[in-house]
Amino acid sequence: MIKNLTEMKIGDSGIVKELQGGMGFTERIRGMGIYPGKKIKKTGAHFWRGPVTVVVDSFQVAIGYGMASRVIVELEG
Amino acid sequence: MDIKKILLIGNPNVGKSVIFSRLTGAKVIISNYPGTTVEFTQGYMKLGDATPAIIDAPGTYTLRPTTKAEEVSVRMLREGDVIVNVVDATNLERNLYLTLELLERDTPVVVALNIWDDAKHKGIEIDAEKLEKILGVPVIPTCGLTGEGIMELVRHIRKAKPKKRKPLDSAEKWKYIGTIIGEVQKLHHRHHTFLEILADLSVKPLTGIPVALLVLFFAFLTVRFIGESLIGYIFEPFFEAVWAPLMIRLSEFLGAGSFLNNILIGGIVDGKVDFGQSFGLLTTGLFVPFAMVLPYIVSFYFVLGILEDFGYLPRLAVLMDNLMHKLGLHGYAVIPMILGLGCNVPGALATRLLEGRREKFIAATLMAVAIPCMAQIAMITGLLGKRGGRYVALVFGVLFFLLIIKGVILNKLTKGKSPEILLEMPPYRLPQFRPVMRKLLIRITGFLREAVPYVLLGILFVNILYALRVIDFLSDVFSPVLRGIWGLPEEAIGALLIGFLRKDVAIGMLAPLNLTTKQLVIGSTVLAIYFPCIATFMVLIRELGLKDMLKSAIIMISTAIIVGGLLNFVLKF
Repeated sequence: MIKNLTEMKIGDSGIVKELQGGMGFTERIRGMGIYPGKKIKKTGAHFWRGPVTVVVDSFQVAIGYGMASRVIVELEG
Repeated sequence: MDIKKILLIGNPNVGKSVIFSRLTGAKVIISNYPGTTVEFTQGYMKLGDATPAIIDAPGTYTLRPTTKAEEVSVRMLREGDVIVNVVDATNLERNLYLTLELLERDTPVVVALNIWDDAKHKGIEIDAEKLEKILGVPVIPTCGLTGEGIMELVRHIRKAKPKKRKPLDSAEKWKYIGTIIGEVQKLHHRHHTFLEILADLSVKPLTGIPVALLVLFFAFLTVRFIGESLIGYIFEPFFEAVWAPLMIRLSEFLGAGSFLNNILIGGIVDGKVDFGQSFGLLTTGLFVPFAMVLPYIVSFYFVLGILEDFGYLPRLAVLMDNLMHKLGLHGYAVIPMILGLGCNVPGALATRLLEGRREKFIAATLMAVAIPCMAQIAMITGLLGKRGGRYVALVFGVLFFLLIIKGVILNKLTKGKSPEILLEMPPYRLPQFRPVMRKLLIRITGFLREAVPYVLLGILFVNILYALRVIDFLSDVFSPVLRGIWGLPEEAIGALLIGFLRKDVAIGMLAPLNLTTKQLVIGSTVLAIYFPCIATFMVLIRELGLKDMLKSAIIMISTAIIVGGLLNFVLKF
């Protein structure tokens, strides 16, 4: 199943499929170590379209809602 | 090759400043959150017979900067003869992107594989020799906090050679990094530690908000407890029992009414020195910075240092993200705000962590208007606290309310939208006693060096202005605002004048005016809002540019007039 980060449930994990957006966005988020092929786990989401927190490799990143909705993930299982 | 300049470059929060202070012995602020260093720091090290400069640059993820702090780093690159690329061994994959970018340039690179000890604990095994072969430049495992590997690093800096790899585009780079990681890194499974579980709990909203409230509450209690204890048991008794008699003696020696007596000791009431009201250089001039402000500086920076080193601040930033968006900022703007509570100068510098001109303008203006520095907080607490704690709470309550209202207004009025947060959470680390104390010492000496001369200068000015009757003249000119709008006596103009120099002295100047509690509340609030002190002002001009600073200044002054007037109108006590 394919979802973006905001649609995923907390605790879900999967593989990053696509980063939707311009160079500025994709380069920045790649710089954080999030890019297609990467295993990602959603660990939290804040109320009222607040930031989503994810774990990639061994580190945690907070991503604003709008950016998170442009990270497309293929869910596991 | 002659090495004149060595650059430390790496991702945020990988320990560049720790290595910098190891190499140079220089004292720099080190914390556990991305963006501690927003300006470059220069130091010198011994390298054979030479003493090249070393530059500690702000962290950056790529050579394509998104913030002002990152821009500083990328600009510095041109000047380095050797680059020490500091890499976080616990995050090798992400860090290697910048490494590959650096290797495409023609400056020699040495890689410091830092936080090596933590990587081992986390079950991450890296074959440094293999990585060295693949990259073609020296890779030295280091641990900045213990100093492991630093000597080895220095040896390799001396014989570093340029690599200049064939440029790859970003997709190719990530793919290449994937194969490198496959070859050099092994992960061993291991259970989550207590700190990791805690890290998780403190960023999830349901558990994070109560945790944040608890943390802030205990931080506040501790700051107050340490500050009050230092004042009550050490500084005040010392000034009263030791310093006061000495001053009386000196005053008798100088002769009552003599010029020196007036300047050094100031007014003596009933044969007693009143440290709050005498306004001599050696009485009030020393009492304000040492016995009123310093204790709170010590307690605030002690608590802040622990929170910083623990790695808590970025979590707080994420929790506050929603609220900060309402103010036209994003969560990470809490960093300049919190630093501003200590002193607005580092707070103003930390606005470099924010992406654009709009955010910098809003954050700086909000800070200047509504975030009093610790020197001010200490003075307001000391002076107004005598009339009752609720009045102190009232002043800070008004300022907090103002922060929110002003933020909402500025967000609506300033063109553009606030960017979204994208922030790495550092792992929690237990703060170590020595680094915390070292950092506290840096900040205390910083305060004493910056503040004491200005406080003394301020007190000297007060005396000169009174002697030259300048204050009398200005009192008449500004009477309509002071008395008419704020309900303050005309003499309060002296405090507003000195407030440009030092806010703590300015609030201290309200003491001898025999103000009512209401006037003291209004005076303290107005002094906090109307303008930043000169040191902050200079930094703000540099950071915002003249035009934005002018806009910001108009907002500050008009806010002070309106809020002071409203308080005068509304308050009934």
